[in-house]
Amino acid sequence: MRSVIALAAMAALSVLTISTTTFADEGKQGGILRIYHRDSPANASIHEGATYSVNIPFMPVFNNLVIYKQDVPQNSMDDIVPELAESWAWASDNKTLTFKLRQGVKWHDGKPFTSADVKCTFDMLMGKSQQKFRQNPRKAWYNEVNDVSTNGDFEVSFNLKRPQPSLLALLASGYTPVYPCHVSPGDMRTHPIGTGPFKFVEFKANESIKLTRNPDYWKKGRPYLDGIEFTIIPNRSTAILAFVAGKFDMTFPTHVSIPLVKDVKSQAPNAVCEVASTNVSTNIIVNSTAPPFDNIDIRRAMALALDRKAFISIMFEGQGDIGGTMLPPPAGVWGMPKEMLETIPGYGPDVNANREEAKKLMQKAGYGPDKHLPVKVSTRNINDYRDPAVILIDQLKSIYIDGELDVVETANWFPKVARKDYMLGLNLTGNAVDDPDQAFYENYSCGSERNYTNYCNKEIEKLFDEQSVETDLNKRKKLVWNIDKKLQEDVARPIIYHSRLGTCWQPYVKGVTIMVNSSYNGYRYEDVWLDK
Amino acid sequence: MFAYLVQRLFLMLVTLFGISVVIFFLLRIVPGNIVDILFAAAGYVDPADKANLEKELGIDQPLVVQYLHWIGGLLRGDFGYSYVSEKPALQEILPRIPITARLAGLALLFSASIGIPLGVISAVKQGTKLDYALRVVSLSGLSLPSFWLGLLILTASVAMFGQMPIFNPNPQTYLEAFATYAVPAAAVGFRSAALTMRITRSSMLEVLRQDYIRTARAKGASDAAVNYQHALKNAILPVITVIGIEAAFLIGGLIVTETVFNIPGVARFLVEAIRWRDYPIVQNLVMFIAVVVVFANFTVDMLYAVFDPRIRFTD
Repeated sequence: MRSVIALAAMAALSVLTISTTTFADEGKQGGILRIYHRDSPANASIHEGATYSVNIPFMPVFNNLVIYKQDVPQNSMDDIVPELAESWAWASDNKTLTFKLRQGVKWHDGKPFTSADVKCTFDMLMGKSQQKFRQNPRKAWYNEVNDVSTNGDFEVSFNLKRPQPSLLALLASGYTPVYPCHVSPGDMRTHPIGTGPFKFVEFKANESIKLTRNPDYWKKGRPYLDGIEFTIIPNRSTAILAFVAGKFDMTFPTHVSIPLVKDVKSQAPNAVCEVASTNVSTNIIVNSTAPPFDNIDIRRAMALALDRKAFISIMFEGQGDIGGTMLPPPAGVWGMPKEMLETIPGYGPDVNANREEAKKLMQKAGYGPDKHLPVKVSTRNINDYRDPAVILIDQLKSIYIDGELDVVETANWFPKVARKDYMLGLNLTGNAVDDPDQAFYENYSCGSERNYTNYCNKEIEKLFDEQSVETDLNKRKKLVWNIDKKLQEDVARPIIYHSRLGTCWQPYVKGVTIMVNSSYNGYRYEDVWLDK
Repeated sequence: MFAYLVQRLFLMLVTLFGISVVIFFLLRIVPGNIVDILFAAAGYVDPADKANLEKELGIDQPLVVQYLHWIGGLLRGDFGYSYVSEKPALQEILPRIPITARLAGLALLFSASIGIPLGVISAVKQGTKLDYALRVVSLSGLSLPSFWLGLLILTASVAMFGQMPIFNPNPQTYLEAFATYAVPAAAVGFRSAALTMRITRSSMLEVLRQDYIRTARAKGASDAAVNYQHALKNAILPVITVIGIEAAFLIGGLIVTETVFNIPGVARFLVEAIRWRDYPIVQNLVMFIAVVVVFANFTVDMLYAVFDPRIRFTD
């Protein structure tokens, strides 16, 4: 049965690939793509944000040095192509990555693009320049970069402290556009200038974002569209009704929940809807610095009590993925195979047996039928957080833990977590790039700003580095699986499930590719066209 | 009358000052600030970056200094900059005011033009089937939340006509403008219309029992003359009061209606600004609303005098 499903998935994937290639060949010029946007992003600066609310409308304004092929659903090392770079080469010691840059490229204000712009961008990201970003959430991505040097106007080198093959993957992320030196970070927040297929026109907070075709785009024949208009509609019911009524060509990507996909299809049968993994995991953050979760037995009992399938069937009508830190295959490149996953405590298929084991651990810690452990489960005041938190509380009941929901406004969520003013939290983590370096260093490394639980294990830290320098893909995968397994056994940040969500578009919208292992990297829109 | 006017104006200034203090300090009591929210959007918190940003925005200053800075700015006509968009607050607020004003105006017009006549009919036809039917309509208007009604209208129009009324920011004709605002105005004005209907009905019933109405009828005045010239003129005062109060309460309904119909007015903008703790926008906008409400009350009081000569002469 499993092989039949795998065959069907492969067939679907190949049909998708063939169809997108055909579309790209037949693209028709013209038209404005109308998309609704789920909320108003803080500003227009991709480098200062950590949500795809900013990538989706502003990625088309920019180019990277390299990028994941926009018509391939799965991001992987094999699908990285040059963009502002023409080519790249690693030095023999794997410590220098040199890019030859494309010549004749112009910024949207007419100024020429040179290697200085690349250096400026990465100096700012590494905190080495006079100009500073107000926020710099991905500074840790460049921890292994000593410096960025230029050799003439069209060559730039990243000089590393040690080999880090995944640097190329990080550079290919939608989060890694090249910024111009001659525009201040403040201006990039309000009026971004890029080299990309679309030029910024205006951003009216809570209202709309408008982009227009860049007639001087360096890639001949692209983009097909004359422009893109994002109408900001925070109310999902209104937005989806407007899509059904034909007011929009496309929904906000991965904004349509699985039950809503059914609604859309019943009201607009011609709409094309695709459900895909988002590489966003729903997980538990544990304050292991204070009682009761400083007791590893209680943490392990909690992990054992999880019935992940129940979460997925309630939240996503069965369409979700069970995995560790790394998104599981087939969508994910680095996730553990199912057989290995099931050897981790709490991942075994017999939930009742797991819970019996959990009860024993709870009894060892002094709790039982007559003495329940009261716990506050904190989470953000957003459906995607609140709903699984309620299910979690229900499941914890089975092992003598009485959970109480503590709903926290977004404004207070990170400060609360940062000052460790919580016991247990339900959290969502999006991986910008399906690569272990991004996931491990950002979320589990000692001292990382996004390591919300301050999990710090020097032994595992060494393993992070070991996998990071490995150039053999298969060897690296095995190292990654072992690390991921250890992280789950340590109850560092127990992963409950990986979500899947839907995107819908009208049948005349062509050339759309929904990426299956990233919600952040597929929005250049230069291959999208309207068949009307 | 002049002394009364001066006294009222002075009291209005004192009220507005009090409101400014309350707005400012209440807003600061709400946990979290713009910097926390920006870092939430960035997914991390760095204490040094956070401190820099607080300094850049001036929210590291003592509250009294911040308050004086704001009030001083207001008196100089400087409304500050939005923390989120980094544009002048006035530039953000001003274009949205006419949108909400048109919506509110149309909703109030809907409320008065539907509520008053139906209230009169209900009172005049007291105890009839028509009266009961109108009372049911009025009760449903008070019971149905405007967001639900709004969504119902949207869903019905998509399901029945495959169309959806969507906000047109640049209507070219009066007809287009009416089409843009009519449906959301009706959704938000339905509650006010229902309330107006109820108040008009009960006020009319009270007046219709008065001696002078009986006298008018005895003198042979027509039903229309009795109901509309004699009774309604005297029954209208509480209705005006209610419409005045509704004008102030309308902002609550408009927040929801603007969200459901995706109208870029000030009401929805205010909620978004509060969500971001965008102090310059929230403070200035709430002050603006306060000024409108205070002046609406003032206007209602003045209208009392216009409609009732006894009030004019006894102030």
